[in-house]
Amino acid sequence: MIDLTAITRIFHMGDQVVRALDDVSVRISSGEYVSIMGPSGSGKSTLLNIIGLLDKPNSGNYALDGKNVTALSENEQAQIRREKIGFVFQTFHLVPRLTAAENIELPLILGGIPPKDRCLRVDAALLAFELQDRAQHRPAELSGGQRQRVAIARATIMQPTVILADEPTGNLDHHIGGEVMSLLEKLYESGTTLIVVTHDRELGARAHRQIIMRDGKILTDQANDPA
Amino acid sequence: MTLPDTLQLSFKAIMSYRLRSLLIVFAMALGVAAVIVLTALGDGARRYVVNQFSSIGTNLLVVLPGRAETSGSFPGAVLGQTPRDLTLKDAQLVGRLPQVRRYAPLNVGVAELSAANRLREVTVLGSNANLIPIRHMQLAQGSFLTQGSAQSAQIVLGAKLASEFFPRSQAIGQRVRLGENRFLVSGVLVLQGESMGFNTDEVVIIPIDYAQSLFNTTSLFRVLVEVNSRSEIQSAKQAVLDTLKESHDGEDDITVITQDAILATFDRILHALTLAVAGIAAISLIVAGVLIMNVMLVAVNQRTAEIGLLKAIGATAADIRRLFFVEALWLSLAGAVIGFILGQFGSLLLRFAYPQLPAWAPVWASLAGIIVALIAGILASLLPASRAARLDPVKALGKK
Repeated sequence: MIDLTAITRIFHMGDQVVRALDDVSVRISSGEYVSIMGPSGSGKSTLLNIIGLLDKPNSGNYALDGKNVTALSENEQAQIRREKIGFVFQTFHLVPRLTAAENIELPLILGGIPPKDRCLRVDAALLAFELQDRAQHRPAELSGGQRQRVAIARATIMQPTVILADEPTGNLDHHIGGEVMSLLEKLYESGTTLIVVTHDRELGARAHRQIIMRDGKILTDQANDPA
Repeated sequence: MTLPDTLQLSFKAIMSYRLRSLLIVFAMALGVAAVIVLTALGDGARRYVVNQFSSIGTNLLVVLPGRAETSGSFPGAVLGQTPRDLTLKDAQLVGRLPQVRRYAPLNVGVAELSAANRLREVTVLGSNANLIPIRHMQLAQGSFLTQGSAQSAQIVLGAKLASEFFPRSQAIGQRVRLGENRFLVSGVLVLQGESMGFNTDEVVIIPIDYAQSLFNTTSLFRVLVEVNSRSEIQSAKQAVLDTLKESHDGEDDITVITQDAILATFDRILHALTLAVAGIAAISLIVAGVLIMNVMLVAVNQRTAEIGLLKAIGATAADIRRLFFVEALWLSLAGAVIGFILGQFGSLLLRFAYPQLPAWAPVWASLAGIIVALIAGILASLLPASRAARLDPVKALGKK
């Protein structure tokens, strides 16, 4: 359960003050599938970063699963990111010098999981995302769809409760993008909260709840019945 | 993140930027090798000099006439006296001291040596039979003033003189003329070459009595005294001073030099020189450290997005800091180890090229080289590592 109350995030661009988020309050229950849409600069990525504890609000309160996380120390926030949150990025953000398997393994290493367990879980993930024969390839040798599959495998390997996807299909063609979305939706169906930031209407319409933002405020927030 | 994982992950980073890592390790290795080779050279020179000194004799006291220091008033000056000569009688008195194993009085001069229609000027040493063992000289053939022949007109030729004067025949048993006197060649020295700027291959040795009459003098140039053991050097020196003071009517007019004192001075000078050279070489280690810092800063810049990602998937600032710290540590450790091997190899080459020079790097230099390399690496990694750890994840992820 994500509970944001009166979140404001201000950026200073030179002498200009930009309110990326202006007094935003939103509540997302566990297991929801939410799309956040809006034009560039509307604050949707900032909102996602704050939910993912990558960014700190200037004011307001954020409670995750009933616990106030705005007041936590950096190490405690890192621990929450490690255990409860999985990120999927538009540009995949794979480590270019590590193989697919090693990229998937990274969160397990950071979590201090013993090597034996890591191996088992990485193998299972490779199997689940149909990457078995790509395990020893580096990102440069993978297609865009394969890269995003590796990224999703990495985001889910710690079995987080929330998946945050920032334009997950932005760098993929329509067909592959559709496949990636299906994978993410599968995670949602198994009970994970899925929050997708996109400016693709069609993609946004697949979610069960649509939040539309403009100028750092929530314009509309409504349930959606995907056809 | 566990320690083995940190070590492994940063090792992977090093292996994937191979050229960069290789160059850095090479720079560090050169620094460490420079410290080791240069100290090997310096310490080798020191040992070379020490060996040279012990080649002219061990546990040696050198007694010379006159005082080499100024103190108090000199009553002789009022009476018009000069310092007393050092005489054979003094030498014999010294020889009776319990600490003294043997002594050799010494007169040095130049005279004309002629034999077999050949003629040349030679340096003449006048002494007794003990000169040869005290100065660690060796006879290739024959003997010098062995028992029962103390007063005979014997002469020992340097190796080069023997072969010059008697190229085709045995030198021993030949008669030669030195100045106005005739001598019988009783021995030939082993070819030794120059030692301490004194070429024993071109000297002749004759009994002290003949030397004194040849040079028309009753005073000695030096008395060489070999003490029983190293621990008795100081007491022997005092005993010699006391004995000769008594013999010289209470006048402190001789000087005793211990070989140890000279040796210690050279030892100190060359040790300081070695340290200075090591210090200069250590500067290259600092330079290598700065290089590591530069490379790590570039690495932080290059891998900004990666750092952002690590933070997004739950790495703490400490994890990131440790990763970069360990990466620099790996680089400097590899540099230190390779440098150590290179340095030992370089010293080996030196010893091959100059067999007389015992160019072994002292242990302290090897250790100091490695430790300074590691410290330079660690210091150099602090700034880049903390910069990486402080990166704002959102900005870092935004950077391509």
